[in-house]
Amino acid sequence: MEKRFVSIWLPYLKTDLFTVRQPHLKDVPFVLRSPSRGRMLITACNVCAERSGIRTGMALADARALLPELQPLDDKPELVDKLLTRMAEWCIRFTPVVAIDPPDGLLLDASGCAHLWGGDEKYLADIVGKINSKGYQVRAAMADTVGVAWGMARFGLRQTHNNKIIVEPGRHIEALMSLPPEALRIEPEISSKLHKLGLKQVKQFIRMPRASLRKRFGIHFLMRLDMALGQEFESIEPVVPVERYQERLPCLEPITTAAGIEIALQQLLETLCLRLHNDQLGIRTAVLKCFRVDGKVEQVTIGTHRPSHYVKHLFKLFGIKLSSIEPALGIELFILEAPVVEEHLAQQEVMWEDSQGIEDPRISELIDRITGKAGNDTVHRYLPDEHYWPERSFKLAGGLTEQPSTQWLTHKIRPLQILQPPERIEVTAPIPDYPPMLFIYKNKIHNIVRADGPERIEQEWWLQQGQHRDYYRVEDETGNRYWLFRLGHYHDKTYQWFIHGFFP
Amino acid sequence: MVVSRNDIILKLQSDILRLQGFKQERGSSSLNSGLGSLVNAFPNSTFPTGCIHEFLSDSKESSAATTAFIGGLVNMLSGTSGVTVWISSGRKLFPPALANFGLHPERFIFIDLKKERDLLWAMDEALKCEALTTVIGEIDAVTFTESRRLQLAVEQSNVTGFLIRNTVRNKVATSACVSRWRITSLPGERLDDLPGIGFPKWQVELLRIRNGKPGTWEVSWRQGGFDTHRLQETPHDIREHRMLG
Repeated sequence: MEKRFVSIWLPYLKTDLFTVRQPHLKDVPFVLRSPSRGRMLITACNVCAERSGIRTGMALADARALLPELQPLDDKPELVDKLLTRMAEWCIRFTPVVAIDPPDGLLLDASGCAHLWGGDEKYLADIVGKINSKGYQVRAAMADTVGVAWGMARFGLRQTHNNKIIVEPGRHIEALMSLPPEALRIEPEISSKLHKLGLKQVKQFIRMPRASLRKRFGIHFLMRLDMALGQEFESIEPVVPVERYQERLPCLEPITTAAGIEIALQQLLETLCLRLHNDQLGIRTAVLKCFRVDGKVEQVTIGTHRPSHYVKHLFKLFGIKLSSIEPALGIELFILEAPVVEEHLAQQEVMWEDSQGIEDPRISELIDRITGKAGNDTVHRYLPDEHYWPERSFKLAGGLTEQPSTQWLTHKIRPLQILQPPERIEVTAPIPDYPPMLFIYKNKIHNIVRADGPERIEQEWWLQQGQHRDYYRVEDETGNRYWLFRLGHYHDKTYQWFIHGFFP
Repeated sequence: MVVSRNDIILKLQSDILRLQGFKQERGSSSLNSGLGSLVNAFPNSTFPTGCIHEFLSDSKESSAATTAFIGGLVNMLSGTSGVTVWISSGRKLFPPALANFGLHPERFIFIDLKKERDLLWAMDEALKCEALTTVIGEIDAVTFTESRRLQLAVEQSNVTGFLIRNTVRNKVATSACVSRWRITSLPGERLDDLPGIGFPKWQVELLRIRNGKPGTWEVSWRQGGFDTHRLQETPHDIREHRMLG
């Protein structure tokens, strides 16, 4: 079958985007700027500004001298990429194969599509009309090859005021002849070289020997020429719209009972989980939206600690929150959505029953239930960290699966119960660096019978400034054991004593 | 004759226990050997697993001792990959210190909740989870009905639960737990009169044990295991002897 391509050029894409968002800019000359090497450069200008002689690439100061009322706005390049992708997805209504053509174009593979609109003319008119009606200026060309369509859209329409052009099937080489060399999508250096040589149209050099063309302008130039002529295949990379994991359940009669909501949820979960299962994905976050008869939307959200498509578990998670849904006069539509999904491989499923220890999925299900009810900040797991400073000797684990990267220190004895922060105590100590004789904590005097220490722990100066701690393990006459420390040197007179923990 | 009579009584006792639903657990043999003379207090000379043990503590010091004793038990119960859930409000535990009792702190999951009702709910949920080995809950107020609920949850899943109750002495309601303990610190056990604190040592009071014999022991923790030594006969035992005599 004959291939047909449509190239869409949006010459004022960036400025049109701003005009669509802020309609008052329509008749105001404005430019987009971005800093470059210490000055402001114009990255795009609208039609009004262009009429006054302002061009892209000028310094903003020069443009202001030309047109004092010029409005500069900050350029947002990331917005344009997003917009192009959205437009490409929207263009899937015209053909299944749409590619973005940065920086400001779209490519449509229209092979076998145009007859549905009643011919090329009407097809292209529809595309141009629809994009125009959204507020974007557009030029489109249709041809047998990507190269000619691209060139015609940008350079074939220069003279005419028409914004669409159709190259009849089989006549694309003719159309190419009168185009300038830059219409071939070649590097600007090569096209300027061609201009210098007086080769201002394709027909002037297309019949030259290929060997000499390659020698002077490189293999890439010849490749572009072949692509435009249709002698070399050119593939385009179509945009694939993200498939949303969403299931809908409209109800014949409005649902008012809890049992009804549960049945609806069960059905939605089963279909959604089957889809996820086939795609080897699992839910991390799911939202159940209930559209009520009176127009309000009730919704509940759940989150899981590891991706899951296990209906029973997800149902249980929702079950905790279902009571918060108020059906009022009735719910007529349920939508279950999974905004966050992650890869969930089948081999994990096999381990469902026999995996042991912390990897067991039943444990993560338990954690999901608890965080679902009591909040995310309720479950903690700790891993060793390579610090001697007690407060930093452990760190919060990222999840249930994170494994320790280092060993727990066991050669130093640490108290099981710790006071956070350490509490001040009164101490009587006999001689420097000896353990204290007694200490007063919460108005109770503890006479120290036996002691171990000191164990000096220095501050990690690269993390925190402060004095070192001298730790003592002490035991009072009743047999209770404590962890005390002196902050600072004994001789400094500024030292303080603290109790930090309780030994078993 | 006497020996054979004792044998008959022992056999009958174990039969009764079996009829009452006490089963010999497979995994607890290391625990039973590790408990030393303490094991005689339990029915069938087996530490009861798949049930809830209650620990009373009235101060931070005794709470540390209780934690350590439970840590020792968990160490022997959980084997190579057991996971423990620790439920509490206002947790004071220092996770790295668990490593001193041969435990792997990364296999502990700490659930920190504020409301008493949430604590009980989380404990109930955790006890139902068969993938866990032990569940430790620091819950101060547990009514008899609530403890029954927890006990029922645990009977299904065979998880061993430890309930730590920080309450004032003699102000504890009855509960459906299988045992009640009180652990207090004793002066550390010294080795050959060397200076320093030595090995930690506690007084372990088993105040109540279903189908067993309560008593008091001195237990110290040395070289990664318990070292138990029976202190005295409890009044309950004495009464029994009187009856026999």
